[in-house]
Amino acid sequence: MGLTYQRSAKRVLRANFVNSPASDYIVALAGNPNTGKSTVFNALTGLKQHTGNWPGKTVIQAYGNYRYKGKMITLVDLPGTYSLFTNSPEEEVARDFICFGEPDVTIVVVDATCLERNLNFVLQVMEITPKTIMCLNLIDEARRRNIHIDYKKLQDKLGVPVIPTAARNGEGLNQLKDTVNRLASGLICPNPRQLRYEDSIEKTIEELAAELIPTLQDRINKRWIALRLIEGDYSVIASIKKYLGSSTFKEEFEYGTDTPRMGCFK
Amino acid sequence: MGQTPQEWVVLNDVVHKAETFRNLQGENIHDKIVSNIYAEAESLVSDVVELTNIKKDWDHRIDDIVTSRIFGYPLMLVLLGVVFWLTITGANYPSALLADLLFGLEERFTRLFQILGAPAWLHGLVVLGTYRSLAWVVSVMLPPMAIFFPIFTLLEDLGYLPRVAFNLDRAFKRVGAHGKQALTMSIGFGCNAAGVLAARIIDSPRERLIAILTNNFVPCNGRFPTLILISTIFIGAGVASTYGNMAASAMVIGLVLVGISVTLLVSRVLSRTLLRGEPSLFSLELPPYRKPQVGRVIVRSFLDRTIFVLGRAVVIAAPAGTITWILANVYIGDLSIVAHAAGWLEPFGQALGLDGIIVLAFLLGLPANEIVIPIMLMSYLAAGAMLELNSLSAMRELLVSQGWTWVTALNVMLFSLLHFPCGTTLLTIRKETGSFKWTVLSAVITTAIAIVVCFLIAQGARIFDLV
Repeated sequence: MGLTYQRSAKRVLRANFVNSPASDYIVALAGNPNTGKSTVFNALTGLKQHTGNWPGKTVIQAYGNYRYKGKMITLVDLPGTYSLFTNSPEEEVARDFICFGEPDVTIVVVDATCLERNLNFVLQVMEITPKTIMCLNLIDEARRRNIHIDYKKLQDKLGVPVIPTAARNGEGLNQLKDTVNRLASGLICPNPRQLRYEDSIEKTIEELAAELIPTLQDRINKRWIALRLIEGDYSVIASIKKYLGSSTFKEEFEYGTDTPRMGCFK
Repeated sequence: MGQTPQEWVVLNDVVHKAETFRNLQGENIHDKIVSNIYAEAESLVSDVVELTNIKKDWDHRIDDIVTSRIFGYPLMLVLLGVVFWLTITGANYPSALLADLLFGLEERFTRLFQILGAPAWLHGLVVLGTYRSLAWVVSVMLPPMAIFFPIFTLLEDLGYLPRVAFNLDRAFKRVGAHGKQALTMSIGFGCNAAGVLAARIIDSPRERLIAILTNNFVPCNGRFPTLILISTIFIGAGVASTYGNMAASAMVIGLVLVGISVTLLVSRVLSRTLLRGEPSLFSLELPPYRKPQVGRVIVRSFLDRTIFVLGRAVVIAAPAGTITWILANVYIGDLSIVAHAAGWLEPFGQALGLDGIIVLAFLLGLPANEIVIPIMLMSYLAAGAMLELNSLSAMRELLVSQGWTWVTALNVMLFSLLHFPCGTTLLTIRKETGSFKWTVLSAVITTAIAIVVCFLIAQGARIFDLV
């Protein structure tokens, strides 16, 4: 039972965000503003883009498709934000899609010239999903400014793939596509570095996460939800109810998700 | 089948436990979590990033100074001062030139009307009413705008304005408003209606309303010429001529500072009373400094802003001039309509250190602040001796002959700075808030403050015998 509605929640979100039933993988593209995220998005999807509004939000979203090694990949351009702490509608949209949309892969585009600020965001994404790729963009600019990044070491430390790119001139994009396919198909199993908090917090996280199992089962990251509840961010509860709630589920179940809603009434 | 009510109960239970834990902790857990993430990112970076020949970018070095706690504000003031000084000094000569030209033309028109044997009322209506107020608006407003806008646009293009917003952000957060209000306020220097519209960038309705209601406290294009003109002829002329322009610039800066202080004060009061709440967070990225495209900036700012604002002023000034002339020249009994109205407003005006005509001019100037001074002058001219108003000193004489003192000048400037928004801005507020109540309130708050401030200054000056 649980699995059914969980999967449905994912389908609800995806059907709302992305009307692309033919795609094999759904990939979220996240990152700080001004990291060249749009350049990466355009370079990968070309002109096959669509735009729309997030359900119930005035945040504009874009998605597009590309084909790589026989797979059709749908790339969802999330709004550029500095954190996932839901200070703004943009942050809430980005967070909800990464958490409840359950993308097959989340690419975080990072500005190599200000790595520290961007890493804060990467770490937050990694707390939600292990299926993260760090796209170390503007690597050419970093080289020009004599910033040397040992990305092999960074990859080992983070436990997720780190791909240096210069999207402006196409550098590293093939490797990025390749990594997306391998991660989505399960050829790579990331082992993301987990942030550890002080003992009392960790203990409570464990307790709460265990209690969340009956509700969330094995799909949504319970540790992360527990952490949000501990810090008093109740917007996740609203999101759980919204995306996993019975009314949404029923509606989508009866009318179907992969077909347009209009004209589907029985 | 979805979530059963029981599962919601479990969820509520978990929320409750989390809350209990948080309350027990005492400290702010969110802050702890965030600083943990930041510490982690920092240690990772120190592990994997190596900098050779670290040369701090020049723009970062500039930012360190421009946005520093010590130099940030003084630098802003100095830059503002330089901009005003350039505007006032630079505008004098072309202004006199334009006035000579346009008022020379007025004489020719007068002669033409005489040759054609036109009746006196037609000459009065067309030449003394419509044409003269147009000539006034153009010669007084065009030169300062043609200097002020390009400089302002250059600063904008250079990337300085986001730094201003960054500096002011702290102040706005402290009064419970949104940091982005610094940006909408900056836009208000151009045009308050545009500033009100720009408040859309603020997401929280509470903070957006604060930004909308207080935008009017920074002088817009329509009011800058008024402030510059009166500071030049009253403050500037009172000091030795070499320092005249500097004194006038300092006066305008002072007024801008008063405007910003009132903005902050009213924001604070609003966020403690009608619009209570916590300021929300936002991030502002400082864009890189860019080399401004000087030629393009000058052309664009001249065409887009100067000509646009002047056009609007002309469109409103022409009919306003005509109407004012009619009001000043149609007599009921032995007094003109203006004199009746001004006489009726006189006690109120006097209490504020103004006079009836000034109050009338502000009321008639509701469609656009640009026409307040022309209306005022025309009413004075119709009431008093006919003067050739082709120089600033002539204007000063006229105003002094009408009983103006430094208190009158100061209060006219303050009233202009603080009074009700112009018609366009009020319509924009109505459209943006969708509420008649807030629109009325925006006019009431501003006007009430203007009245109180002017009243206090006028009475203070009277009590301490300063006039």
